[in-house]
Amino acid sequence: MNIVACVKRVPTTDAEVKVAADGKSLDESGLSYMISFYDELALEEAVRTKETHGGEVTVLTLGPSSGTKEIRECLAKGGDRAEVLADPGWLSRDCRATAKALAAKLKDLGADLAFMGRVATDRDNAAVGPMVATYLGWACVTDAISLEIADGKGSAKRETEQGLETIEFSLPAVITCNKGLNEPRYSNLRGIMAAKKKPFEESPAELVENQASVSALAPPAPRAESRILGTGPDAVPTLIDALRNEAKVL
Amino acid sequence: MKPILVFVEITAGAPRRASLEALGAARATGAETVAVFCGEASAAAACNGAQKAIALGGDSSSPDALASALADAVKNNDCGGFLAAATSAGRDLAPRVAAHLDAVLFSDCTGLEVSGDQLTARRPWLAGKVIADLVSSADVFCATTRLNIFTPSEDTGPGSCDAATITAEPKARVTSLEAKASARLDVQEAPVVISGGRGMGDKEQFKLLEDLSAAFGNAAVGASRAVVDAGWRPHSEQVGQTGKTVSPQLYFAVGISGAIQHLAGMRTSAVIVAINKDAEAPIFKVADYGIVGDALEILPVLTKAIQAVKAEA
Repeated sequence: MNIVACVKRVPTTDAEVKVAADGKSLDESGLSYMISFYDELALEEAVRTKETHGGEVTVLTLGPSSGTKEIRECLAKGGDRAEVLADPGWLSRDCRATAKALAAKLKDLGADLAFMGRVATDRDNAAVGPMVATYLGWACVTDAISLEIADGKGSAKRETEQGLETIEFSLPAVITCNKGLNEPRYSNLRGIMAAKKKPFEESPAELVENQASVSALAPPAPRAESRILGTGPDAVPTLIDALRNEAKVL
Repeated sequence: MKPILVFVEITAGAPRRASLEALGAARATGAETVAVFCGEASAAAACNGAQKAIALGGDSSSPDALASALADAVKNNDCGGFLAAATSAGRDLAPRVAAHLDAVLFSDCTGLEVSGDQLTARRPWLAGKVIADLVSSADVFCATTRLNIFTPSEDTGPGSCDAATITAEPKARVTSLEAKASARLDVQEAPVVISGGRGMGDKEQFKLLEDLSAAFGNAAVGASRAVVDAGWRPHSEQVGQTGKTVSPQLYFAVGISGAIQHLAGMRTSAVIVAINKDAEAPIFKVADYGIVGDALEILPVLTKAIQAVKAEA
């Protein structure tokens, strides 16, 4: 099976982020990066699918030029080869422009299954996976927490506000992965050594003009001054009074 | 301005509040609104406040086929906008609809401003560490609305109703729904969220949060990443950067120190109450009200007090 794990490099979740002087972009100085949390699940599911069904796992990313250590790390965790779609403007690429470039590459690769994270923890758009599937005319399951593949078909479960949905789908398909689908493995020394010999290709990402533009970027409005109402259970009546008469939420 | 098409989810014969919020957001722009829903034309009266409704007939069990029908409805009604609530269904469908329209999507918006013919979406990036104002050059402005932010549209009586049919060949379909055991509210929908962290001591003590939640009657229990990773609570309850982002009227953070990833998931709540043993915990910096002390001693007293308030009402 031809399996692709799409991953994105994002600022670490513990990062304190600042707005750049232009008031429209992120201040990149001092930011460190990681593979988006849910993309780790996508990589793991891709590797597990290969382990069960055979085939090859391509790690695909759209990002800055030159092999970054985060992508090498994906190879150490079981990816067979990496493809970097290089774009110097990757940080400002919108979801449509990203989806179009990824869709074109997935078609070139002749993928049967593409795994992505449920959402990238930078733009929080959760859009690229289903957009890619739609551009390709493929099936898509979002937020999968379980997956079975057999005989060119698949079955997945996802949690909604109403309960647990089972979805049956045809291949090729895009699956976006939610927490609960698997527990990602750690890389070991053997994997890290093997990763150094694995194919790592870079090509320019398809140029697609952004439709989205940022008119302003700002830190969130500061919250009102906190008030410590007291200590222990004795403070409960003061809290009830504040919620009732001041905040008016009771 | 061209009309805005809003996808309205119907559950148990009535539109979901989240969908009415999306409809409210569309109406507030001043544009004509078209509500589209799956089901019989007779349900059109339920599409509160839209000038026009479209009843989609046919099999709605395939998200790809449904998205295709929604995109057709946008085109056939010459709409300049598409909105859905950022529910499970909305977040799943909207990117597909946007791709059919070859348009960018703004997900989980917390604001929608109109200036002339130009719509501006406000949405958090990095789980709310920064807030972006965005404009789209696409022919159709596509967005989903965060729950509990926009004022729901009020019913102005039934408008006209057209019918359309879902016809695309499905590539995937929902074959079963295992309904939730109880009528539990989702953390993203509940007006009151009561979240617990490590400070709860162990899994069993979450009963105290369940009790407080029951006293409110309209609350959901949430959890920090630490307790989800420890297996005390399911991921569906996790609030934070790798869980859900919530904006309830009232948020309780109980025994949660307030890591930046957790704050990112709840800082847009209207009122925040923190209960923590450690007076220096970062959660007190974003809370409106704080009580320093042992959650296990404070919670039973708080639950009784809320019960008393509710009994008066």
